[in-house]
Amino acid sequence: MTTVGGRDEVQRSDASQLRVVGRPLPRTDAAEKIAGSTRYAADLALPAMLHTRLVRSTLPSARLVRRDTARARSLAGVVAVLLGEDVPHNEVWVDVPGQQTEVRALKARSQVLATGRVRYHGQPIALVVAESEDVLAEAEALVDVEYEELPGVFDPEEALGEEAPRVHEDGNLLAEWHIDSGDAATALERAPIVIEGQYRTQFVDHAYLEPEAGVAWLDDDGVITIRASTQVVEHFRDIAAILGVPQARIRVIAPYVGGGFGGKEDMTVEPYLALAVLRTGRPVRMVWTRQESLLARPKRHPMRLRYRTGAENDGTLVAQDIEILADTGAEAYLGALVLLYSSVTAAGPYRCPNVRVRARAVYTNHPPCSAMRGFGAMQVVFGCEAQIDELARRLQLTPDEIRRRNAIREGDRLPVGQQIVTPIWLGETIDQVLRAAGPRPEPSRPHCRVGRGIASNLQPYGRLVWLQDTAAAWIGFQFDGSVTLRCGVPDIGGGQAASLGQIAAEVLGVDPARVTVHFGDSARTPLAGTSTATRQLYMSGNAAHLAATRLRDQTLDAVAEAAGRARGALRLGPGGVEGGGEPIALPRALELVRGLGVPLEVLATFHGPRGRAVARDLAAERVFPDFTVGTHLADVEVDCDTGQIRVVRYLACHDVGRAINPQSVSGQICGGAAMGIGSALTEEIVLESGINLTAGFFQYRIPTALDLPDIEAIALESGAGMGPFGARGIGEPPIGPPAATIANAVRDAIGVRLTELPMTPERVLAAIRAQAHTDPPRPAPTGP
Amino acid sequence: MAERVRLTINGVAREDLVEPRTLLVHYIREVAGLTGTHVGCDTSQCGACTVLVDGDAVKSCTAFAVQADGATITTIEGLARDGELHPLQQAFWDEHGLQCGYCTPGFIMASVKLLADTPEPSDDEIRIGLEGNLCRCTGYVNILKAVRTASRRMTEAGGAPTGGAAAGSAAARTAG
Repeated sequence: MTTVGGRDEVQRSDASQLRVVGRPLPRTDAAEKIAGSTRYAADLALPAMLHTRLVRSTLPSARLVRRDTARARSLAGVVAVLLGEDVPHNEVWVDVPGQQTEVRALKARSQVLATGRVRYHGQPIALVVAESEDVLAEAEALVDVEYEELPGVFDPEEALGEEAPRVHEDGNLLAEWHIDSGDAATALERAPIVIEGQYRTQFVDHAYLEPEAGVAWLDDDGVITIRASTQVVEHFRDIAAILGVPQARIRVIAPYVGGGFGGKEDMTVEPYLALAVLRTGRPVRMVWTRQESLLARPKRHPMRLRYRTGAENDGTLVAQDIEILADTGAEAYLGALVLLYSSVTAAGPYRCPNVRVRARAVYTNHPPCSAMRGFGAMQVVFGCEAQIDELARRLQLTPDEIRRRNAIREGDRLPVGQQIVTPIWLGETIDQVLRAAGPRPEPSRPHCRVGRGIASNLQPYGRLVWLQDTAAAWIGFQFDGSVTLRCGVPDIGGGQAASLGQIAAEVLGVDPARVTVHFGDSARTPLAGTSTATRQLYMSGNAAHLAATRLRDQTLDAVAEAAGRARGALRLGPGGVEGGGEPIALPRALELVRGLGVPLEVLATFHGPRGRAVARDLAAERVFPDFTVGTHLADVEVDCDTGQIRVVRYLACHDVGRAINPQSVSGQICGGAAMGIGSALTEEIVLESGINLTAGFFQYRIPTALDLPDIEAIALESGAGMGPFGARGIGEPPIGPPAATIANAVRDAIGVRLTELPMTPERVLAAIRAQAHTDPPRPAPTGP
Repeated sequence: MAERVRLTINGVAREDLVEPRTLLVHYIREVAGLTGTHVGCDTSQCGACTVLVDGDAVKSCTAFAVQADGATITTIEGLARDGELHPLQQAFWDEHGLQCGYCTPGFIMASVKLLADTPEPSDDEIRIGLEGNLCRCTGYVNILKAVRTASRRMTEAGGAPTGGAAAGSAAARTAG
């Protein structure tokens, strides 16, 4: 056990031989971030740069009767106003995988700029390009849009009705997934204990501090270059399709990103910047306001969950019957895949022989929903872990005991059919949070009650196996022994680039300060895929490890030959090439290598596990590469007069496999837990008949320093993950448990189960009152 | 209808013509070219644009540039002295009080003011002092740790710097 500052702790398996990996090195990117010299997407200014802004729909469902740009174009300083008709290929198609038979459209269509009708409040209609931001503000108001309001649909259940207004011509069902493992119906009939529950989650925004932004320009040789805040430089292909130019003529650069969390996984500013450059030939900047970001960029899917959970009298799970209805909003984006993650993880990190899942994602005239940290595997934790908690109560088992009894282990299969192939330390995460928590707190005031809750989860890391995921990295020694690493990974704040540098330094025996990482450039760094899906440490980390290992080996082979030393004795270390005699300083050793004509560089590609695509009826040997599990614990205090929930203590423990940089790992755990607590207590995008009422930070409330306790992160190192040095991904996993953890703690405190997010004081009071009619609140009963 | 403003930023006297509606944050970023001050929300909730105006922590999206006429301003770029980081900058780095870093300059500037007023703040005082700044990455754990560390180091060093160039002289203020 090693203490990593404060109360965070890291438990190590055999890692004693590591020199750089596993050390909490202050990150190189932090040096510039604390100096204010990092150049984020909006910080670049180029000579003769133009500015651009979208005109967005003010209605959630309407026909566009007239779009007149004449007045705007006549304003001095306006350079162009573009409509959908000006976009070379205005239609974007999204694959809806596995839906060939059940959903009429194989692919879903959306428009870059709406022409015929609009389907959600904030949908882009026109693009204004002007000499300054001041002119833009005026010009925006001069674009005349006449609407004919159409009936909209704002409830996913209503949207499935025969008579419901159609959001898209092919119907309102976007995607549907089924899992039938064993026979849940029969098992539930026979089970001595059955718990039923219904749960609702809300629209949530990513609320990263850096709004969507970018600068684009026409570079030499006709390459349109877009430097934007994005998690995906590979969107250069989508942009090329929209512009109708060869993919090789589009270059996307991702500078350090001011937070992503999935919200910069779909394109935001990129196509609009590219269109403005294509039209004007001049550099262009686009910066969205916070209002635009909250209004119109995709959200986390609200879900309605219905669970029936059956168990034996000893707490052994025998069946789960789960229905999921997701509001996917007005556009497809990644909705079908988000729902797939929900379906695969809905039964939780437990052995359960009989599971039935019916999941649907439905179009409405709400803002589109797509990727957000957790990607559908988060919402279902709120349902599943409430069920497990209630089951424990019914059986008078402690919450930890019922989870331990059913905890998934290596060799077990998930309901979808995938076998867990790595040691997975779920039981250990439960033990750790309980051990660290100690005694329960006392209420601070007479009308307050305290309670403790735990919740566990599993979250995939790495992409769906049929996407044939790869990541590439190039690594080379410079003549002086410094190291250049090129990898297309976007760094969205999780230390993605710095971690790769640490891995390379470990393998090549150099000081991490001697490694420079070039990242996030679709043209000049080898493509490494998206900084999403908790995949970068796993994928790019393995690519960097592979490249560095090959470079080390070919270097030592050459030195052995040139210096006449036994290859087996040689290693790379702080002294250069060490072993078999006096150390050879690295620059001298590299001279020897070059003398033999052996290159000082390696390009390596890491391939994730591959698998077959799934159909609507999910049954697969493998859907994801692997999973990360964890358990959180919260002590809460509920004010029974005001309904206020205060989180007094919060612990979050995950099996991270190996903490490449413990600082970054505990940072991810604390940050994910904090975001989850926001979802649990305060955050909600509120829509009234499709109109967004929460388009500012004054209405959309993310937690402040006053709202959170010092979250305590515990990273367990099983060393058993599929990433470099046995690491698992940790970006998304910590977002899963908080809402359920707090709901379970509230249940413990006041004897009332809250089933809807966020758990606002109003909802707490309403639940207390409803309970009072049947059974008065009792002081904290059983608990861990 | 541009108006003339004379002010000092990070020890450098400036004189510029600005539109009366130009916000101080846009002046700092676009005219003075200091992009370490960030815009996060446009509505004064997030604090990413926090700078020191005559030693006070100000959300620069809430002020017009013309209101800063005659003022001495310190931004994140002006905090280090002679190549040496301000103790708060060093502590944010050491304690990993950041991830994406976008909110960081605002947090550091707000913390400078906090420690100037309260050199040894309690945890509650830190939380209250930084409540006007939002971070989405860290859960604030390491930000609080960084402020505690800086407070300790500054107290131990005795007589803490209170704000780089903003510690600023009357001479600098009237220059230009």
